Amino acid sequence: MRIEVDPITCEAHGLCAELLPERIILDEWGYPLIDATPIPPALQDLARRAAAACPTLALRLRATENIELRTGRGRPGN
Amino acid sequence: MSLPRVLLGIEAEPMDYTTHRRVHGELPAQPPPADGRRSRASRRSGPGLAAPPLLAELTRSGLRGRGGGGFPLAAKLDAARRGKGPPVVVINGSEGEPMSVKDRMLLESLPHLVLDGAFCLAEALGAGEILIVIDESFRDAAESMRRALHERPVAGRRIAQPRIVTLPAGYVTGQETAIVNYVNNGIPRPTTQPPRISERGVGRRPTLMANAETLAHVALIARHGAEWFRQLGPSEEPGSVLVTFSGGVAAPGVYETEYGSHLGALVDAAGGLTEPARAFLFGGYAGSWVDGAAATTLRLSSSSLRSVRTSLGAGIIVALPQSACPVAEVTRVAGWMSDQGAAQCGPCINGLGSIADALAEVCEGHPGRDAFGDIRRWSELVVGRGACAHPDGAARFVSSALRVFAPEFDDHARHGVCDACERRPVLITPRPRTAVR
Repeated sequence: MRIEVDPITCEAHGLCAELLPERIILDEWGYPLIDATPIPPALQDLARRAAAACPTLALRLRATENIELRTGRGRPGN
Repeated sequence: MSLPRVLLGIEAEPMDYTTHRRVHGELPAQPPPADGRRSRASRRSGPGLAAPPLLAELTRSGLRGRGGGGFPLAAKLDAARRGKGPPVVVINGSEGEPMSVKDRMLLESLPHLVLDGAFCLAEALGAGEILIVIDESFRDAAESMRRALHERPVAGRRIAQPRIVTLPAGYVTGQETAIVNYVNNGIPRPTTQPPRISERGVGRRPTLMANAETLAHVALIARHGAEWFRQLGPSEEPGSVLVTFSGGVAAPGVYETEYGSHLGALVDAAGGLTEPARAFLFGGYAGSWVDGAAATTLRLSSSSLRSVRTSLGAGIIVALPQSACPVAEVTRVAGWMSDQGAAQCGPCINGLGSIADALAEVCEGHPGRDAFGDIRRWSELVVGRGACAHPDGAARFVSSALRVFAPEFDDHARHGVCDACERRPVLITPRPRTAVR
């Protein structure tokens, strides 16, 4: 699993960095700087929550086979 | 082993269809697809399904795109063939770099060479449609292309008449996803990828978009073959290329040369420098600067240019005369590049804006406490963080300028504007006629 941000959709709300500081920090303008290395299992739940929390759904999860993972609040598994 | 190729027979007036066929010879007819019909299966690449002869020839030629990306055309062709449904062929005649004029020149003066290339590819790909995208300000080119289309026979042709699309002016409107976005939705702004346009582009169909000059080379390869094409240039970078050479030269204009030729030979062909060059800009406003002294032994090849951290881009070279002010020129272009962004991505909007403002302060002699440190930091911060490569290009242009023109920037930071600041600009920054956003 990797995370990436859609730069057009992102509006610098910053929730992603709050939820996943291990992988996301904010630049001086409030936009996310993403650590693109694969997310270890221990952090994957937090990554899902960060993607779900983004008000513009700009934060996306990708399986390492480059398939986008859909996330949703309250959806089991994934 | 001779030039000109693309520019063969070029005159002041646009070359009409009769003259074009006399100068270049007739276009060989292509055999129809294997199964005689335009089925999806015949277009798919894969084991046992050979590419149509022209596509195989283009692969053998090693032709790379001439629009700045330098991507092997064969890879684009394969991608379009893998897509679902009949592809769309798009002639990219947008030419957003102000210091490049080769594409508008081709569209206006040699429209049939470009059209030959587009028709050939469309035939070989089983394409259903050809679009000709032309910047709205290239009125003469559009008029010439319309006239050229009327000259061509329609009978027996398997594809509909190509459609001219007038694209709003702007640096980023000609980016391939922006063109697709404009054709599909009326919005001339880049979109994120995936999907690549080769997979899903115009009308959600696989799209083969090629630079006008690239298609001119296709037209010649269709006639003379891959071996002929490869007689010029090094094996890793074959063929001839059009270069827009301007600035402090006696005869600025479009020149055709082979990859690997000496920059010095191009300077001679252009009548020599009007005065010593402080530096050369390669690749346009998304390119980079090279110190004048370091440029004297350069060859126009990727390897030689890479050794001084630059590349030809869409074939753009500007000689900056010693009498120009590099700080004023770079500051103005940086501001223009900031304005030219599509205003969609935070890092680009903020980054290029901050860089432009800081450069203006340096130019006027009241820099921030760590202006150069800030500019370097912002230049690194924007790379790869937009939907398109616009911020990367602008950052490259500025970074190389700070390196090459360090003494002049330092002088301006201490003393403000200089006598040369008010001279007529060398680098053109057109004011847009219509709002892009």
